[in-house]
Amino acid sequence: MTKIDTRLLREVAELEGTPKGAFNIRKNGQLDSRASTANIEIVSKEDKPGIDIHVKPGTKQESIHIPVIITQSGWMELVYNDFFIGPDCDIVIVAGCGIHNAGDELTKHDGVHTFYVGENSKVQYVERHYGEGEGTGERIMNPQTVVHLAKGASIQLETTQLRGVDSTRRYTKVIVGEEAEAVITEKLLTHDRQVAESEMDILLEGAGATGRVISRSVAQDSSEQIFYPRVVGEQRCFGHVQCDAIIMDKAKVKAIPAITANHTDAQLVHEAAIGRIAGDQILKLMTLGLTEAEAEEEILNGFLR
Amino acid sequence: MLELKGIQYRVDEADNQIDILRGIDLTIKPHRFVVITGPNGGGKTTLAKTIMGLATPTGGQILWNGTDITTLNIAERAKLGISYGFQQPPRFKGMKVRDILEIAAGNRNLSRNVCCQYLTQVGLCAADYVDREMDASLSGGEIKRIEIATILARSSGLMIFDEPEAGIDLWSFAKLTETFQTIHDQKQSTILVISHQERIINLADEIIVISGGRVARHGTKEEMMPYILGDTVMDCHRNSVACGCFRPAK
Repeated sequence: MTKIDTRLLREVAELEGTPKGAFNIRKNGQLDSRASTANIEIVSKEDKPGIDIHVKPGTKQESIHIPVIITQSGWMELVYNDFFIGPDCDIVIVAGCGIHNAGDELTKHDGVHTFYVGENSKVQYVERHYGEGEGTGERIMNPQTVVHLAKGASIQLETTQLRGVDSTRRYTKVIVGEEAEAVITEKLLTHDRQVAESEMDILLEGAGATGRVISRSVAQDSSEQIFYPRVVGEQRCFGHVQCDAIIMDKAKVKAIPAITANHTDAQLVHEAAIGRIAGDQILKLMTLGLTEAEAEEEILNGFLR
Repeated sequence: MLELKGIQYRVDEADNQIDILRGIDLTIKPHRFVVITGPNGGGKTTLAKTIMGLATPTGGQILWNGTDITTLNIAERAKLGISYGFQQPPRFKGMKVRDILEIAAGNRNLSRNVCCQYLTQVGLCAADYVDREMDASLSGGEIKRIEIATILARSSGLMIFDEPEAGIDLWSFAKLTETFQTIHDQKQSTILVISHQERIINLADEIIVISGGRVARHGTKEEMMPYILGDTVMDCHRNSVACGCFRPAK
């Protein structure tokens, strides 16, 4: 592993060296290292690039790290990772992609993640995207996440992309079963001429299903962001979408939340707000001794925490 | 020592100019507790803002401990030991109460215990608040008390509070007056409070009445209390001179 590899792994998976538990590190399209555990088995797919992850029923307090790093300018890939999680599990999955593009060629990672979460299982899924590199080549990531939640299952899906990715087109779909719960937290910061689009379909199909979307984003410079969070309630259910964006400089942000109720007991709410940093927030922090730039940084850090 | 010399604040409207402050001269000696009171629209908040640098005077000079701070920006004045409690403090999405106290104290590793002490001093049950977000989930009274806690955390030489009592319930208000008394007893800060509350006015060493952009009266509490009580329409707001019924000095 080079210094760049180590830094990318730290940025996307907070890893310092080899992770504990099950892991699969993919570098420039090749398997770098992998470990399965007694309860979690990771195997390569035979028909296409990617891996299958099988988690035995009742697996608790275990983690899976599957970071992807790309340091070869011009590399482009489409990877499929499927998770088969048995009933009554409680696990943490850390994924993410880091691209270091030192060249002038477009470098791209498209990841398709599909989760089948068994009854009463609890999953925390953390995904970070990070880009860097002195080259002029674009860094592009287009993740697709599809989650099937069985009765009583839950997922906390936390995605973060702060700086460095030139273009992203994200699609998330969660099919929420009976008494199941999906909480999706999305954090995004774009700058320069970056473009980000996030589309979501939360389908509350089971009675007592819950879906929450919390999106916080900051658009700086001339970057552009578009959000399409959509929630559909098919049964007695609760859905809440909250999109908050801070817009700066010459950026553009569009938020188009949609809620659809196909049942009288579907309770759905959406809130969307776009605005600049409030002047009184900056002034307050300046009275505490911060410069204007420091105040702005504190406000953004808090907002995207 | 705080010295204001001929402070003017003029705003340009479409066809005319409005003088909010018309030449304020004041000297406030170290470690005094001074209450600024007077009718609404008289210029009290504008005056306080010019001291913090939140408003730039169109004339005059401000000296803090002998240093001319008239042209310094807000952060520079804050570093010289001036702090300001807003009448309507802003909220911050994502930022926690602990964060704002740490920024105020200039120490990003403030212990939980110390954070809790500041919150307790303003009548908040610290354990419930230290990790709360500074967002719209906090009531007006809660955000106001946290605002005052940030000033306590700064332990500055000049503390300015703009109507600290506004939006605070009776129980917390009692705690707040106790806190002001304690800070005053420690004799380390000059306290400048804009207030209409008799209980706060009672804590003062000096009272200044600002009306029509001028210092209408300035004196010790003993000199000023009969005047304030006598010149307030008693059947209107018994403890208040802010109702508009107040008559400035002739």
